[in-house]
Amino acid sequence: MTDQAYNFAYLDEQTKRMIRRAILKGLAIPGYQVPFASREMPMPYGWGTGGVQVSAAILTPEDTFKVIDQGADDTTNAVSIRTFFERTAGVETTTTTADASVIQTRHRIPEDPLSAGQILVYQVPIPEPLRFLEPRESETRKMHSLEEYGLMHVKLYEDISRHGHIATAYAYPVKVEGRYVMDPSPIPKFDNPKLDGMEAIQLFGAGREQRIYALPPYTHVVSLDFEDHPFEASKADHPCGMCGAEDSYLDEVIMDDAGGRMFVCSDTDYCEARQAAGHRGKDAA
Amino acid sequence: MQAETLCGGFADPAIQSAHAFRSVMEAMARPGTIHDISGAEPPAPLSKAAGAVLLTLCDSETPIYLAGEADCDAVRAWLAFHTGAPLTGPSHCMFALGRWEALMPLHAYPIGTPDYPDRSATLVVDGAGLVASGTTLTGPGIKDTASLSLPDVGALQANTALFPLGLDFIFTSGSQLAALPRTIEVC
Ligand SMILES: [Zn+2]
Repeated sequence: MTDQAYNFAYLDEQTKRMIRRAILKGLAIPGYQVPFASREMPMPYGWGTGGVQVSAAILTPEDTFKVIDQGADDTTNAVSIRTFFERTAGVETTTTTADASVIQTRHRIPEDPLSAGQILVYQVPIPEPLRFLEPRESETRKMHSLEEYGLMHVKLYEDISRHGHIATAYAYPVKVEGRYVMDPSPIPKFDNPKLDGMEAIQLFGAGREQRIYALPPYTHVVSLDFEDHPFEASKADHPCGMCGAEDSYLDEVIMDDAGGRMFVCSDTDYCEARQAAGHRGKDAA
Repeated sequence: MQAETLCGGFADPAIQSAHAFRSVMEAMARPGTIHDISGAEPPAPLSKAAGAVLLTLCDSETPIYLAGEADCDAVRAWLAFHTGAPLTGPSHCMFALGRWEALMPLHAYPIGTPDYPDRSATLVVDGAGLVASGTTLTGPGIKDTASLSLPDVGALQANTALFPLGLDFIFTSGSQLAALPRTIEVC
């Protein structure tokens, strides 16, 4: 049941129209940040109000909605956003990636490949990949319009001279269709290859910074790199302790007071489905 | 005020515009694919699809240019009542509506600026039937190639050459729509 004190999906229709127009322009100019007039939402900015507004503008009552927070469906943040749309939009919710038509995410892309019927909505804290090089919005806009991305390469190359490799591990910048440099949100760079050619529509919402950007399906997305230092989608060099997966992104968790540690899939739905299918890691009970 | 002015809007605006938007978004995200869209009963000569697109995207913040036959009293009154969108000429519009020939020439419309390429017009091209054959499309949103019946390949190629500036197109006919963003190469 929806809570009738609110409009469908909480936002008023004029706000949804404005966000919908921004989404369409975002799809028409992949990787370009479309400004929009972000609205106050009944949750703090750190809780992904940009993603919430994008989800509110695209959801229909027939959708099945999933929310993940760094891969997990059961954090306070994920539960709160899921409950919000259960109440305001009357949508079904799920934790199973394959069953979701719309997935809102903070800082991860699910391990299971997404399909053509799905939409992935990212919560973005800082949409501007050039911000740490240039604080002025007027200047970063100019840099994008002139394709002045040399400084970005210089910054990555400084990493190499200092650390012997590119140290940027999250929000690793990408180039979209050979044109716009884009911040993929703070996903681990392990997830970057999944951005490229994804069958699902990818939408990015930054609430505080008031930007929406998008990747249509099958869009060509390349992580910035150098001939002598090619991009590597690195992860912890272990199998998952619970399900034994060797191909998933892992979190390191402390198990006991004695400082025992194990590595487990950050995508809890992926890990649980593997365990249910009989896969076991070395730390599984 | 004519009765037809008051009728033909979304009976359940929040839900019907949500459905209609998903059709428009899928069309824009997957150029060349043809989608059903419903809920609007606009006056002639507008198609139901064009009516639904305008109800979903337009309001007092979106100046509309009506071209040719679409620029008639019935359409003007219907749009004013259901969207509140101001009417304007092609050079200042956010949306333009009409048959392809009436909308020409394309250089009359805003194509965005280098800093803000999103500040460009979206043309709702109404009335020509949609068939998934004819012109070959390639680009973002298309796995290999797609096909769509398009009116004027030369004009559309010139638009694509403006990228990242340029116009975006929504083609409507009956209760169906397809879309062509500026990214798409046509041949
Ligand atoms: Zn696992």
